[in-house]
Amino acid sequence: MYKILEKRMLTDTIFEMKIEAPRVAKAALPGQFVIVKTTQKGERVPLTISDYDAEAGTVSIVTQAVGKSTMELMTFEEGDSICDFVGPLGCPTDLCTMPEEELKQKNIIFIAGGVGAAPIYPQVKWLKAHGIDCDVIIGARTKNLIILEDQMREVAKNVYISTDDGSYAFNGRVTDLLKKLVEEDGKQYNHAVAIGPMIMMKFAVMMTKGLGIPTVVSLNPIMVDGTGMCGACRVTIGDEVKFACVDGPEFDGFKVNFDEAMRRQTMYRTQEGRAKLKFEEGQTHKNGGCGCGGDK
Amino acid sequence: MANQINKVKVPVREQDPLLRAKNFDEVCLGYNEEEAVNEATRCLGCKKPLCVTGCPVNINIPEFIAHVKNKDFEGAAKEIAKFSSLPAVCGRVCPQETQCEGKCVVGNMGDAISIGKLERFVADWSRENNIDLSDRLADNGKKVAVIGAGPAGLTCAGDLAKKGYDVTIFEALHSPGGVLEYGIPEFRLPKEKVVAKEVENIKKLGVKIETNVIIGKTLTIDQLFDEEGFNAVFIGSGAGLPKFMGIPGEQANGVLSANEFLTRVNLMKAYDDDYDTPVSIGKKVAVIGGGNVAMDAARTALRLGSESHIVYRRALEQLPARQEEVHHAKEEGIVFDILTNPTEILVDENGNVCGMKCVKMELGEPDESGRRSPVVIEGSDFVMEADTVIMSLGTSPNPLISSNTPGLEVNKRRCIIAEEETGKTTRDGVYAGGDAVTGAATVILAMGAGKKAAAAIDEYLSK
Repeated sequence: MYKILEKRMLTDTIFEMKIEAPRVAKAALPGQFVIVKTTQKGERVPLTISDYDAEAGTVSIVTQAVGKSTMELMTFEEGDSICDFVGPLGCPTDLCTMPEEELKQKNIIFIAGGVGAAPIYPQVKWLKAHGIDCDVIIGARTKNLIILEDQMREVAKNVYISTDDGSYAFNGRVTDLLKKLVEEDGKQYNHAVAIGPMIMMKFAVMMTKGLGIPTVVSLNPIMVDGTGMCGACRVTIGDEVKFACVDGPEFDGFKVNFDEAMRRQTMYRTQEGRAKLKFEEGQTHKNGGCGCGGDK
Repeated sequence: MANQINKVKVPVREQDPLLRAKNFDEVCLGYNEEEAVNEATRCLGCKKPLCVTGCPVNINIPEFIAHVKNKDFEGAAKEIAKFSSLPAVCGRVCPQETQCEGKCVVGNMGDAISIGKLERFVADWSRENNIDLSDRLADNGKKVAVIGAGPAGLTCAGDLAKKGYDVTIFEALHSPGGVLEYGIPEFRLPKEKVVAKEVENIKKLGVKIETNVIIGKTLTIDQLFDEEGFNAVFIGSGAGLPKFMGIPGEQANGVLSANEFLTRVNLMKAYDDDYDTPVSIGKKVAVIGGGNVAMDAARTALRLGSESHIVYRRALEQLPARQEEVHHAKEEGIVFDILTNPTEILVDENGNVCGMKCVKMELGEPDESGRRSPVVIEGSDFVMEADTVIMSLGTSPNPLISSNTPGLEVNKRRCIIAEEETGKTTRDGVYAGGDAVTGAATVILAMGAGKKAAAAIDEYLSK
């Protein structure tokens, strides 16, 4: 069992949990992820590592409650324990494994869409600790969905915010903001890392391609084991089929077949929707439905 | 003497095929005491038993059968326990017809003794009667790490614990058992009743099992030696990487590996509504391949309510699966489309599988495996209807460990290089066995390798 030491709500549905997992904490590097199984009968869900502390033996995860399993995890509080927690999975980001001279040549822009700010934070933090300054764009639909802004400002050189509805800072999408930074403000980048929803990454890559900035993306397809065993997470990169769990999760954004990846993400949509509905009804109708008897 | 022997084996009771095709309960019901004793009476108790030479872990078969004959079932269990830590598993999934039973001399004049069914009976009886088989020597203070809680790892760990070693098994998944847990279905190998209990018996020997630890990711082999104080390491990490065909359309929704399908159903229990993991299966399922895993996948799909086909490029008699499994599959209504090979997965406008383009095959000259190789019949293209395609083409070892362990060499198939008799690898103090070394094979061969490695590790650490 893995104890939840801290829980912090970042928005209504996005939360951060600090989990006691000394072995994972010691081995983790930026870009990697964990698999969490909340309860004995739960599913194995790949989740983002948002921070780790080898000395304290803790790993932080950021989750958005979108389906049954993540909604259930959100009901867990500090002091509760989750059933299974395994990692770190996937390869660390190339940035922390490349030679130092090569890294020093990089002018890096991170582009975070929504929850994508979470996997980006440990990368920016690691780079700062290694003397590399970089810029970060955090974008979301609206102001209260922007997460980790203060934390990010502590480790990034510049943090730029965009909201689709203009409720906070730049009015527009992350791609519009990136375009403005490069074309109007004269910013020069030679490496981009875009992490967020699949559709956001697809558009981010279209933009960076136009601007000539090589871009790395982090994919989050459906997974079961996370160790290369099932092949559910296979993605097409250029003309090769790769397993995101062991070959990724980061790939050259210019080569990713996003349309296929998005289609594959919908494979269990019906079952996921049904499970979510059942869970929500269980939560709201604790006394067995509304009383009309229609659920009997 | 011999002409007094009943040439016909005591038949084993099975669930009715039409009934069992709709449930996940065990197909074979096993012998009761009377049936077991009757079958045991057929054994000649050979002075030079050939059956033992056919057993990868060399169980003293005539000896345990003699105990059964005398209704001393506890004695039989203790005899088997000297050689095997997983008898309830082996009695169910070993290919006895090519091993012990294949060598049985009674088999020359009639049915071979049903050694597997007798082993299963003894193991089940011993479990139901809570017989304590945890006999071990005093602690010797030496630590051995075992990677993977599958058949090879459990066997190696059990043998070393009996000799007094302090053994810890590191398992990547959340539940121990390896392929016994994620691969072989409930209807062939019950999880709670059999696998969990056998694992429990290994723990009773003092073996510790740490789940959720992936060696090569969470910890490295270097760390096991340098930081965790282990004196030797056994790698039994199996062959978990699924193969795909590389044909067009394979990325469609509805194409999955047998590993994924079986893991969802067996490990994650997707067939049970109480569990959260979903499994998506269509009305007509095509399982590509002809091994035991393909049979398991096809029979599982059938139980989930689908019309289920085995699509195999060679002929029926060349199926690599055990005859018993093929027989059971046929009884249950699996359709065998043999001498058929898919060339393309057809995909509808939503990206879902809607069929398979196939060609018919005929048998040509023998290939390097000695089997007549299948050759495409020109112009035989046709479309097979299917909305789910399960690829069961074999698996290869996972490179997570080998790629993170300096000094550990692998061959071109990514199998760890190890001596056959000892499991000794190219790195000092590191031993390996089972599918991680041989590529996908059987439970009992992995157990045999685990056993040999345990003996070699004992010798290495006793120097």
